[in-house]
Amino acid sequence: MKKITFSLLFAAGIFLISCGDASQSSDSAGSAEQVVAGGQEAVQDDESQKDVVKIAVGSPDHTTLVAALKQAELVTALSNAGPFTVFAPVNAAFDQLPKGTVEGLMQDDKKADLQNILQYHVAVAVYKVENMKDGQMIGQANGDNITLTVKDGKVKVNGTANIVASIQASNGIIHVIDAVLLPPAK
Amino acid sequence: MKKFKQLAWLFAVVAFGLFGQQSCKPKGGSSGVGADAAAKAYVAPGTYDEFYNFVSGGFSGQMSVYGLPSGRLFRVIPVFSVDAEKGWGYSEESKPMLNTSHGFVPWDDLHHVALSVTKGEHDGRWAFGNANNTPRIARVDLQTFRTAEIIEIPNSAGNHSSPFITENSEYVVAGTRFSVPIGDNTDVPINTYKENFKGTVSFIGVDPTSGEMNLSFQILAPGINFDLARAGKGKSAGWFFFSCYNSEKANTLLEVNASQKDKDFIMAVNWKKAEEYAKAGKGMKKKVRYAHNKFNESTHTATSVIKEEVLVLDPKDCPDMVYFMPCPKSPHGCDTDPTGEYIVGSGKLAAVIPVFSFTKIQEAIAAKNFDGEYDGIPVLKYDAVLHGEVQKPGLGPLHTEFDGKGNAYTSFFVSSEIVKWNIQELKVLDRVPTYYSIGHLCVPGGPTSKPHGKYVVAYNKITKDRYLPTGPELTQSAQIYDISGEKMKLILDFPTIGEPHYAEAIPASLVMPKSKKIYKLEENKHPYAALGEGKAKVERKGKEVHVYMSSIRSHFTPDNIEGVKLGDVVYFHVTNLEQDWDVPHGFAVKGANNAELLILPGETQTLVWKPEKTGVYPMYCTDFCSALHQEMQGYIRVSPAGSNVPLTFSTGTNLPTDNK
Ligand SMILES: [Cu+2]
Repeated sequence: MKKITFSLLFAAGIFLISCGDASQSSDSAGSAEQVVAGGQEAVQDDESQKDVVKIAVGSPDHTTLVAALKQAELVTALSNAGPFTVFAPVNAAFDQLPKGTVEGLMQDDKKADLQNILQYHVAVAVYKVENMKDGQMIGQANGDNITLTVKDGKVKVNGTANIVASIQASNGIIHVIDAVLLPPAK
Repeated sequence: MKKFKQLAWLFAVVAFGLFGQQSCKPKGGSSGVGADAAAKAYVAPGTYDEFYNFVSGGFSGQMSVYGLPSGRLFRVIPVFSVDAEKGWGYSEESKPMLNTSHGFVPWDDLHHVALSVTKGEHDGRWAFGNANNTPRIARVDLQTFRTAEIIEIPNSAGNHSSPFITENSEYVVAGTRFSVPIGDNTDVPINTYKENFKGTVSFIGVDPTSGEMNLSFQILAPGINFDLARAGKGKSAGWFFFSCYNSEKANTLLEVNASQKDKDFIMAVNWKKAEEYAKAGKGMKKKVRYAHNKFNESTHTATSVIKEEVLVLDPKDCPDMVYFMPCPKSPHGCDTDPTGEYIVGSGKLAAVIPVFSFTKIQEAIAAKNFDGEYDGIPVLKYDAVLHGEVQKPGLGPLHTEFDGKGNAYTSFFVSSEIVKWNIQELKVLDRVPTYYSIGHLCVPGGPTSKPHGKYVVAYNKITKDRYLPTGPELTQSAQIYDISGEKMKLILDFPTIGEPHYAEAIPASLVMPKSKKIYKLEENKHPYAALGEGKAKVERKGKEVHVYMSSIRSHFTPDNIEGVKLGDVVYFHVTNLEQDWDVPHGFAVKGANNAELLILPGETQTLVWKPEKTGVYPMYCTDFCSALHQEMQGYIRVSPAGSNVPLTFSTGTNLPTDNK
């Protein structure tokens, strides 16, 4: 777990995003303009603190999560001003899911399911560990609640996922968790 | 009855005349605009303009920044006037920037912009602006787009001939528009103007690394009015040229009395020589008072120091330093071409544009080809220094810029037009109307050794019927003309803040890469910074309550404060903990008699608040910062003077519990 924290912090520190550069019109007079599509994830900025997406993208322990965020088209939203609390399951957490689950969710026809699950990992507000209370419920972006348990200063989400590290991002906070959160069955 | 009929006829004729004229006039969209104009001014959404246009804000006191060719407004940089929107002049940190020898001055009139240059070309480091009323020069840092420094100019009144700049930004100048009594006794009858009034031109040294300004020396001049100026370049780089009017030395009804003579002057100053004299101690140290204000980027705080001495060089003691060149009728513009050989005078009441030759000036000086003296200063013979005159160019020439291809572009206020002419041949090549009454104009890089050409922008004084009306006062306005071809073509009108006088345009590539995104928290040395939520606190020092507050999406720490009493003065020192580009937080508290704070990422700013009544006051973030911006709020409780409510503060914990 120490190692995960370290690699994530490392990523937050030095990761340089490679992204589309908004084009400069060197000859505005009637030239064909290339307008860059996409959102704030394409902003070129090596000076600011990294946002939650850039930190996750730079973490070798979150490649599954990042791939899923891209497939679910959530990168633009999470590059926004926030504030966000992102519960970020490590790759190993996704590996614990029944075989084929992740692959299935990555299919285009399952995009809505994937979005639902990922949005269940995001709250709009900054929840810091020191402010979390035992039994506290937090409304997540998909509309469902998670429940926190706090014991001896350690926080568990829905009784299954441990917060193993927390990283401050420019637009919120990432809590690294060791299990994937599954929305309540409807 | 007959008489009445005649009168009615007269009315009808006059009315028809007015109406007819109006209905025949080409309307906005179609007047002289080619079919391809829209494409030429169009900068597609998500793409950048090619040039930054730094435009003086005139009586707004500010400097505005537009894109060319789109005419889009990016920012109004507060310079000499308070700006409640940005807390400029309202925050404790920025107040010293507006200090002068007359105390705090919340307004001025910014007429001209000078961008820093290296080897005669734009270097994208600083933009200087002049205060016309209470004489000052400001330096705006082009990394932060914030006013970094303001220096007051003593022995000056109406700092109009300013802030023009030398070829390597060694000096910016400040020539006084009004001559004034100078010395120990300034309480003299106004009609003793001729004996007692003097003009000055000041040379303000610019540190080549930091940009910091220093009032290096002043040159004492006859009691005339200085209007505009330009440094030489290339071969003439060691010289400065100042247009002068009122050589009649009138002190009343200048409209008539300062327009008597056929010729006024351009004053040519050998500033390299002046610099030598200053270093050799040739000047007199005069007692004066002027403010020098600097904004410190690490303490995020300005300081103002009053200085009390200036070195004055008198041409009487400094031979070969100053000469006058006769120039027709109250010259305004005084512009050196990119080669530095030609100096174009624009006499605003003249029927010609005289072009002077630097080579001939040097020859005339060497040969002492003088036409007498004016107040002891040699006057060069007009014909000896003249390259030639542009005949009948238009009415009321004001100001000239260059395209680097041998052409000059002169604005004509009275005939409302821009005239393109060839410098060598002095021949008019093209003319276009402006809508209406152009003042200055601007070619990107136009005053430098290497103009970028492409456009000329007209800054107009009158916009009647060009825009939807907004009551008695209409928008200020600029117009962009494409000058890439032989003929000038109007491509866009765009509104500006008031009032645009001179402006400069610079390629975006020289400014954009250096633009600062955040202030680093680890470099924040503000004495009241809360560099982390754990550092937030509230302290009482007698009647002062200091709130060390932090802000980050989406809360203040602390956001509940109690124990303030009537009679206290509360200092909210708000530190924006964000380290993210374009995420300022604002701060406002109900009943504050000043303004909001707008705190940039990593910065600390202070608002002073003197509550007048007991109660609970809300405070909130004014800059929409996040999805929970509307939640970014707090309360401060004010109790009676003798109250024993203890001083407490908290965020999220709902403490204290014991004083409910
Ligand atoms: Cu805010």
